[in-house]
Amino acid sequence: MAGKTQKAQFDVKEQLQAVENQFETLQILNEEGEVVNEAAMPELTDEQLQELMTRMVYTRILDQRSISLNRQGRLGFYAPTAGQEASQLASQFALEKEDFILPGYRDVPQLIWHGLPLSQAFLFSRGHFKGNQIPEGVNVISPQIIIGAQIIQAAGVALGMKKRGAKSVAITYTGDGGASQGDFYEGINFAGAYKAPAIFVVQNNRFAISTPVEKQSAAKTIAQKAVAAGIPGIQVDGMDPLAVYKAVSDARERAINGEGPTLIETLTYRYGPHTMAGDDPTRYRTSDLDNEWEKKDPLVRFRKFLEGKNLWNEDKENEVIERAKEDIKNAIKEADAEPKQKVTDLMENMYEEMPHHLKEQYEIYKEKESK
Amino acid sequence: MAQMTMVQAINDALRNELKNDPNVLLFGEDVGVNGGVFRVTDGLQKEFGEDKVFDTPLAESGIGGLAIGLSLQGFRPVPEIQFFGFVFEVMDSIAGQMSRMRYRSGGRYNMPVTVRSPFGGGVHTPELHSDSLEGLMAQTPGLKVVIPSSPYDAKGLLISSIRDNDPVIFLEHLKLYRAFREEVPEEEYTIPLGKAAVKREGSDLSIITYGAMVHESLKAAEELEKEGHSVEVIDLRTIMPLDVDTIIASVEKTGRAIVVQEAQRQAGIANHVVSEIMERAVLSLEAPVLRVAAADTIYPFSQAESIWLPNYKDVIETAKKVLNF
Repeated sequence: MAGKTQKAQFDVKEQLQAVENQFETLQILNEEGEVVNEAAMPELTDEQLQELMTRMVYTRILDQRSISLNRQGRLGFYAPTAGQEASQLASQFALEKEDFILPGYRDVPQLIWHGLPLSQAFLFSRGHFKGNQIPEGVNVISPQIIIGAQIIQAAGVALGMKKRGAKSVAITYTGDGGASQGDFYEGINFAGAYKAPAIFVVQNNRFAISTPVEKQSAAKTIAQKAVAAGIPGIQVDGMDPLAVYKAVSDARERAINGEGPTLIETLTYRYGPHTMAGDDPTRYRTSDLDNEWEKKDPLVRFRKFLEGKNLWNEDKENEVIERAKEDIKNAIKEADAEPKQKVTDLMENMYEEMPHHLKEQYEIYKEKESK
Repeated sequence: MAQMTMVQAINDALRNELKNDPNVLLFGEDVGVNGGVFRVTDGLQKEFGEDKVFDTPLAESGIGGLAIGLSLQGFRPVPEIQFFGFVFEVMDSIAGQMSRMRYRSGGRYNMPVTVRSPFGGGVHTPELHSDSLEGLMAQTPGLKVVIPSSPYDAKGLLISSIRDNDPVIFLEHLKLYRAFREEVPEEEYTIPLGKAAVKREGSDLSIITYGAMVHESLKAAEELEKEGHSVEVIDLRTIMPLDVDTIIASVEKTGRAIVVQEAQRQAGIANHVVSEIMERAVLSLEAPVLRVAAADTIYPFSQAESIWLPNYKDVIETAKKVLNF
């Protein structure tokens, strides 16, 4: 029947369109701090709402101080977080202590609010292994450097929890670039296949260093990638703390009820550079785009919302700012007091028992370090 | 005592450890109902259940990441990579992640993972099934690399590997899987990692080798014996960490050494062994230390395999150069 066009069994474009149409952005608070989706409002007490605001304000100050400490040469590797507070902190706020966080390198704030002492966050930044020596009872692992490697590990942690019969979840964070990695697909696919209690958060801040999200994939949303793995996917306004909280707490509920993992895409923006190691966002972003996103700021809209409920005011905010500054000052002092890391420390942590070749080298470095 | 092939001995070790420790988990592609493509895990899912012995989706990187995550939850994972040529797909999990976890976390987390995988040439596989890639692993600090040459050693070394609290790459030579049977105790026993075995004592020449080349070397030693040469054969068994003491004691005794590996000459374990000898025993040497190894090419398609792979004749030829120096 060459040359004769047969009618397709189904319309592939229509099929794709139907998938894409299902991924609408969940928003509860608009840019003005008005509730636009009453039905989706999470049940949070006044104290919880205030606590969430406190954490966002505190973390914004921490980001500002970290940037200036980095510029003064008093911090090392640092990936700025301003703009992503709702995405990072409201998602962590939906967790319980027994839940396990596998972060990317921008996700230090979640670790801090999950129990990592601030001084250790600074030691991590300074390239000291003690920054990664997570205290007992704090269920996190240090930030991952390889984009996406933590995603398959999260599937493993979640499967382990399921095997232990624990009512907890593994949550992992990556960015829009991370959702292009093979490990992302393997991670969501493994967790789906095992119905493991995992939550995969993709913080789509629109740029993987300089590459815009439009160049990462033909997929219209990252959330829809969940369809291929056969797991729920949801896209949320990542500048809206209530929407992020709602999406993560619903995902957590499903996970601990044995319903498996969820992929959550948070639409967000990093105001600063990729890291403090010389990235210049003006090379790849316009100030118009920056301004557009700054209008969506999570702190601004949540402040308006809380002020409307008489739950927040300038005094409260200043109190948090002062507390943050004081904590940072003390944590830096603590980090300063930590003796410099030695090569012998490194050797001691390579294996449970030092093999003979390292023992020989250990003696050489011990001698060098004693001088 | 039972007569076992290496496949049976490994299966026996896995069964032993599944019984011994409730945290041991076996997983990989086709390891469940099918018992693995070489039947190494045969019957284990049936005996221990799908919770302990399970199939994974077909994705090596995912298998490696799963092992890391399960370790973080206190399990003792024994993942299988179906063929070691597929290791490139899981290099980050192995070399970028598990090997570093103890240091990265300042000792808070450890990775008691044993990655099992068949490798090695001579059985006419398609590409990327037979490559000797142990050098890549041995160059990764934080890993241990174990390669047994016999059923007895395979069982004892595998039990030790699984009980080790650091990541171990346990490589099973395809040609040795069913090459011969030997007596293997049914009860458990361990062979320490990092200890070589003197397979044959001799006083004129030391042959230092591992894996399938142990058998080529033993055959060569027998031939050389007929010509009046007393040859010692050392099976490294663990290539990282290397048992330097046993190597040096042997070389100090014989004054002559060759190193035999199936892998390409470039940047392999043989080079490392030669360096250790040069640094520690040069004054005992009567002749240069030579290597027997494959050519520095990609592993060949199967028709060229038998010429490419080192064999006992190559060992004899190189041994004579050293003996007659």
